[in-house]
Amino acid sequence: MRANYGYTDGSGEWYITIDTNKCDGCRACEEVCPEGCFAIEVDDYDDEVAMVTEDQRKKIKYSCGPCKPVGKEHVEPCHEACPHGAIEHSW
Amino acid sequence: MAGEDKPEYWRWPESRWTNPDLDWKAGDIITAGVDVGSVSSQAAIMVDGQLFAYSNMRTGSNSPDSAVNAMDWALKDTGMTLDDINYVVGTGYGRVNVPFSNRAITEIACHARGGNFMYGPTVRTILDMGGQDCKAIRCDGRGKVEEFLMNDKCAAGTGRGMEVFADLLSVPIQDVGEMSLDIDEEPNPVSSTCVVFAKTEATGLLREGWPKEKVLAAYCSAMAHRVVTLLERLGVEEDFAITGGIAKNRGVVKRLEDELGITTLEPRYDTQIAGAVGAALFAEALVKKQRKQAGG
Repeated sequence: MRANYGYTDGSGEWYITIDTNKCDGCRACEEVCPEGCFAIEVDDYDDEVAMVTEDQRKKIKYSCGPCKPVGKEHVEPCHEACPHGAIEHSW
Repeated sequence: MAGEDKPEYWRWPESRWTNPDLDWKAGDIITAGVDVGSVSSQAAIMVDGQLFAYSNMRTGSNSPDSAVNAMDWALKDTGMTLDDINYVVGTGYGRVNVPFSNRAITEIACHARGGNFMYGPTVRTILDMGGQDCKAIRCDGRGKVEEFLMNDKCAAGTGRGMEVFADLLSVPIQDVGEMSLDIDEEPNPVSSTCVVFAKTEATGLLREGWPKEKVLAAYCSAMAHRVVTLLERLGVEEDFAITGGIAKNRGVVKRLEDELGITTLEPRYDTQIAGAVGAALFAEALVKKQRKQAGG
């Protein structure tokens, strides 16, 4: 399942995407995100996968947004940490 | 004295239904789904995968009470009690606050599964237009979610926003959709779907002499346009269906169809019960799984 969690700010509408089919629940994203956006939880189909936690969903503008690259350099720690490339952003 | 007799234009009709052809006592697996949303709550009861009864009512200030009320109303006059139900799944915004539920499942998964039941297995894209947010979901032929999109937006351009507009213009909420289509020329949409900004803008338009129909058209249009961007990002694969309360508003649905160049499936059930129906179906599958494990 591709899960897209979005937010809107002055520069547009942005999404963080987790492809749960690629996720093996290794917790690398959970450990590396400076704002604690991710958690490994059992989803609706009983798979243990990464998701943006319920209480983060309404505020990812403030937690996930700060990692949005300024200029060409990309520094998203979650992208680098995920060994399976399961995490993407729409920016 | 002032305002005492003012009708509540925003108040949509609550409803309940029982399947007259189904003898639940002859059933094997009885399950229920309770969807406690931000604006409305539903309970759906299924007997061996067939819809037996449902209720659809307003969510109060207390989620557990709303869940209990919805369930009680669905059970009313059926002779069935909560003890007869094998498994209950809670869903929606208040899913963890359903006191008698056995498990909580997200409304995304439940709307996909409920949509599959209500609109048939050909449905691939479901737009849930709820009381306080919208979600675009793509699912497979069995109602399993393949992809979904949600955002952090508030009541902007959703059921609650429509309630505010019905009240502002003194138009009963059920009439808003049709009335918004009764115009000579489509106006520009209001520039923001934010209920607060849109209300200010609408007040200005009324003062300029716009008829109510045109103001409603401008708001319905803005609401449709807002979800189009959500759907375009997901990519609409047909068949396409809308669940939730706004699915009953022709003014939004028609504008959405026109903008996307697609048609929506005709609803055969109350569109607000999709989440509860999906939850009841999840409950049924979980009972079967439990029995299989116990037997094996």
